[in-house]
Amino acid sequence: MDQLFDFLSLSDPNVRYVVLGNILLATSAAMVGSFILLQKKALVGDAVSHAVLPGICAAFLFSGSKNTGAMLAGAFVTGWLALAAIDYITARSKIKKDAAIGLVLSVFFGAGMVMMTAIQQSGNAAQSGLDHFLFGKAATLVGTDLLVFGLLAATLLVVVGLFFKAFTLVAFDRPYAESLGYPVRKLDLLLTSLTVLAVVTGITAVGVVLMAAMLITPAAAARYWTDNIRRMVGIAVAFGGFAGLAGAYISFSAPSMPTGPWMVVVSSVIAFASFFLAPRKGIVAKGYTQRKNRRIIAEENTLKLFYHLGEQHDRFDGLRSLPELTQARDMDETQLRPALRRLVGKHLLACQADRWRLTDEGIRRAKRVVRLHRLWELYLTQHMNIAADHVHDDAETIEHILTPELERELEHQLGYPDRDPHNTEIPK
Amino acid sequence: MIIHTPDPVLEVHDLTVSYARKPVLWGIDFTLPAGCIAGIIGPNGAGKSTLLKAIMGLIPPSSGHVKLFDRPLAEVRPRVSYVPQRESVDWDFPVSVLDVVLMGRYGKVGLLRNTGAKDRAIAMDCLDHVGMSAFAKRQISQLSGGQQQRVFLARALAQEADVYLMDEPFAGVDAATEQAIVTLLRNMAAAGKTIVVVHHDLQSAQTYFDWIVLLNMHLVAAGPTAQVFTNALIQQAYGGRLSLLSKVGDVLEKREFPSRER
Repeated sequence: MDQLFDFLSLSDPNVRYVVLGNILLATSAAMVGSFILLQKKALVGDAVSHAVLPGICAAFLFSGSKNTGAMLAGAFVTGWLALAAIDYITARSKIKKDAAIGLVLSVFFGAGMVMMTAIQQSGNAAQSGLDHFLFGKAATLVGTDLLVFGLLAATLLVVVGLFFKAFTLVAFDRPYAESLGYPVRKLDLLLTSLTVLAVVTGITAVGVVLMAAMLITPAAAARYWTDNIRRMVGIAVAFGGFAGLAGAYISFSAPSMPTGPWMVVVSSVIAFASFFLAPRKGIVAKGYTQRKNRRIIAEENTLKLFYHLGEQHDRFDGLRSLPELTQARDMDETQLRPALRRLVGKHLLACQADRWRLTDEGIRRAKRVVRLHRLWELYLTQHMNIAADHVHDDAETIEHILTPELERELEHQLGYPDRDPHNTEIPK
Repeated sequence: MIIHTPDPVLEVHDLTVSYARKPVLWGIDFTLPAGCIAGIIGPNGAGKSTLLKAIMGLIPPSSGHVKLFDRPLAEVRPRVSYVPQRESVDWDFPVSVLDVVLMGRYGKVGLLRNTGAKDRAIAMDCLDHVGMSAFAKRQISQLSGGQQQRVFLARALAQEADVYLMDEPFAGVDAATEQAIVTLLRNMAAAGKTIVVVHHDLQSAQTYFDWIVLLNMHLVAAGPTAQVFTNALIQQAYGGRLSLLSKVGDVLEKREFPSRER
């Protein structure tokens, strides 16, 4: 706890650098990443982040030291080259885009690894710590670096902010943007450069291997929470910032831990949580709706069952035993029992010594389901030209979802009928 | 039969368009008068959408040129509006109906400036014209096909252009929307706007359009509906595959030949 407090007070200047640096890089990456995601170019981000490695190594070979400026420049150059290569291969050969991305990613990263191994075995004393660029080490951030990263991140935020409208338009409807006279190709070029820049900003803290995750994951998670692009970018930035902060804290409390993987783990956890828990779109919310639907179907089918038995015996409030019910309709006991229990709870059924009967309200509800079923069957035979022996299954589903308005409309169109296509009575 | 008009709003001059060296439109040459509703009619694969995209400069022509108001498109872009096919965009995109219609103002406000209160008022007014103002705040994924098309039309209206090029606005919309669109187009034409519509239903073409461009990779006929929409010409556009034309195109593609010597 003390450690957390120490960390959050930002009293240690080193901590301050790391925290600020991490938050800046994570938020700017999330902002650019939102547009990469919306333009469906997520894989391109991955390729770029791997492709900056040879640039870093080349810069080291040239300058002979770990000069931040030189390395960033090198990273920017090869990241850019990789994107140009992907575009060139896609335009000029029969290789499709996904294959071109895979090709460029592995070739550039492979070249980078070869160069890095060569440097490490050259005995150059300055090379120690170069491998931090693979997985990132936020603790290596120092004051002067922070200034550079701060500037890069600020540039990213400002430029994306300025072109927000244009990027949105191009992502949504490219031909239309072109028809309005927007410089679509230049905007592509700009977003590409911003992507490379975001990757370059992140490489010291997150590392080249995982930087793509910091671009895409916060945006993908944010998409689950809103249908408004401005809010989506805002949420992505917040998620990214939190992941950056958490990564900084972990590398503060356990200095041997690489920062990048932890930031990615944190943002992945956020993404998974969104995936499961988000309202409406999340798995849990969807599962809940499905369960609710299944319950409604089971309950209404049970009510209908009572009604059908009532029709046979000419008595709608008669007591029915479980075997009687399971025999009358192909519904197994595991489904029937809980439905019966719930219906008793809703006072639609009354239970007496393991036998059940419809209450008055139950009769009314059962009647409505049967009515909707038969009305729909009639509609299908009369208006859709479907044979009378083919309409039952369809009506089995539709009976559960027709609203009172649709019911009135249906009745009106059918001319308030009395009998369904099987010549059974439609209850009023 | 090609009937030209003396003072054209749109002039397509000897236009040839190719995909990967294979010509899909051969020497298209026609003119359209102001204030008409023109239908581009032809069978599947006739190059109707391609023609529209070429007019909008979205596909560079292999030869020929297009003039609007006797000028190249770049000089009169604010006066021209393009309505892409509804299926061409991802309707799950996180924007609202109003956001989409506001995009129609993007050309006017320019690259960096944001849309303001005046643009919003215009956008709402356009939504009202297509009967969608109640849906302004809705996310676009909740719209039906007909509603999506109405939103696209509202976006085009928000451009306040003089020429509208619409790619299949009647495709996959309900009858009510189709009628609403036709009425809207007639009102626009009455106000002096020129409307070009890609359409594939022969039945309704006669009543919807007062100028018709019959297309099947080459121009079969262009002119006022009464003179051009004849059985013989429709037969020519729809009947008989132009196998020779496509075979020559295949050869050009295979041998990587340019469609013009220079």
